[in-house]
Amino acid sequence: MAHEELPILELRNLCKTYELKGHRAVDALKAVHLELYPGECLGIVGESGSGKSTLARCVTHLERVTSGQIRYRQQDITRLNGKALRQQRKQIQMVFQEPSAIFNPRMKIGAFIREPLINYKIMKGQQAEQEVLRLLERVGLPTAVADKYPHELSGGEQQRAVIARAIGVEPDIILFDEATSALDVSIQQQILDLLVELRKDTGISSIFISHDLAVVQQVSDRIAVMYQGEVVEVVESSQLTSSANHPYTRNLMASALSVREMKHRMRVQNLEEEQKQGQRGVLQESLSG
Amino acid sequence: MKPLLSVNNLSVTYKDDSLALQKLSFSMNKGEIIGIVGESGSGKSTLIRALLGLLPEGGRYTGGEIFFQEKVLLRESRLNWRGVRGKRIAMVFQDSGSYLNPIRSIGSQYIEAIRNHFTVTRKTAQTMALNMLSDMGLDDPERIMCAYPSQLSGGMKQRTAIAMAVTMEPELLLADEPTSALDVTTQNEVMNRLSELRSRQGTGMIIVTHNIAIAAHMADRIGVMRGGTLVEMGDTFRVISDPRHEYTRKLLSAVPELEGNVHGS
Repeated sequence: MAHEELPILELRNLCKTYELKGHRAVDALKAVHLELYPGECLGIVGESGSGKSTLARCVTHLERVTSGQIRYRQQDITRLNGKALRQQRKQIQMVFQEPSAIFNPRMKIGAFIREPLINYKIMKGQQAEQEVLRLLERVGLPTAVADKYPHELSGGEQQRAVIARAIGVEPDIILFDEATSALDVSIQQQILDLLVELRKDTGISSIFISHDLAVVQQVSDRIAVMYQGEVVEVVESSQLTSSANHPYTRNLMASALSVREMKHRMRVQNLEEEQKQGQRGVLQESLSG
Repeated sequence: MKPLLSVNNLSVTYKDDSLALQKLSFSMNKGEIIGIVGESGSGKSTLIRALLGLLPEGGRYTGGEIFFQEKVLLRESRLNWRGVRGKRIAMVFQDSGSYLNPIRSIGSQYIEAIRNHFTVTRKTAQTMALNMLSDMGLDDPERIMCAYPSQLSGGMKQRTAIAMAVTMEPELLLADEPTSALDVTTQNEVMNRLSELRSRQGTGMIIVTHNIAIAAHMADRIGVMRGGTLVEMGDTFRVISDPRHEYTRKLLSAVPELEGNVHGS
């Protein structure tokens, strides 16, 4: 895809090495090159140990890269700190896999969503209260949820609340790291629908990380496939099945469970058996005749 | 044929008097694989635990019967699992890997488990363990036997735990989301190994999952659970191609599918 615009986020030659005493160093990221364009959703797929979560942690400055550059709107943000880093953090929000792990159990949902609005001095008091209700509605939660504690919500509702908080500060980029993996498939589908809808409304850019290729394909424009710390292939989501070349990508595709394929296979089996029985019938007839 | 397991009107209640299982009945044959599908809170995990007399704290049997090869396991709230649990009925959890003892090598706990159930020498037990580990698709069983749980990946631990559960050649294996914590390629591997195990040893299995695609790939019959009851149960092909219940249709449509020509069909 030819992009007219400049990328909003650029990863250049990103490397991250973990060194543990008494162990050999682990290269979690090896020279990763990626671009994210305005309004785009970039999917990142890979299995455990492929480096996809390390990548997320580096981009959001939860971890320092060993070498390479992270560029945001043509500015090098790799080694930001202090105040500049705090402001930068507002621009790239993150949604994690396990919503229950990020809540303060004694903080009501309303306060949880309001917190960044106040901290970043985006609004105060009454206005922030109103905004919380608007955000709750935006992510499909009843406004009464503002008065509830995290444990009173189901996993899917919790993840909606996390998303409400993330979009509250109007970031440029949201990074989803296995954001639907802990949910039941039916709830996952509802959250995916919400993401697609939010993107349509706000034109926000996003990075969607998952081990599930079918899920990534559903929400993203392009898919980067990671394997052992490297991006082995970047493909257009719509062209995935026809243009993916790397054997690892093909392996992932072959491992994707499909009800549709299963149905097809069983239908073929049933037909073949019927045919066999039919032939047997004909044979018996011709023998007895 | 006599059923391997039959459950009649099984009811289970939790502390707050909520009905976790409501008069649930089904039966299965030897060597059959049943998939139980439902969302969290549907009672699917309670069911599988109830079958083994392992209800979580606060859970109570309030009615019904369970028979295993015509032996009464449960009747009038009286339980009788002796000699059945662990050997003839085994269980695998979603995070079985974390049930391994962290301060003992795999080999030492594996061999102990085998010798608890069979009178064999250490050496025989070691051989049994090695064979089962390689049957589970683990490349270097010797290394795994020497390793401690923390030195193995999640997939390896899960496969080790499944291997340990099936070494006793149980007639029934209960599996609660056995592959949900695994990577997709490992998930496929484990599913294939379980199917092989059934062909080889005739092990009957009940596999509980929230993903109907997993059940469709493994099970002969699928039961769909909601609110502590089975809303639909039938042959896998019938359930996925002609679902009778609205809820089953919903579960089917929630499975993410790859778009495009994937499997050359």
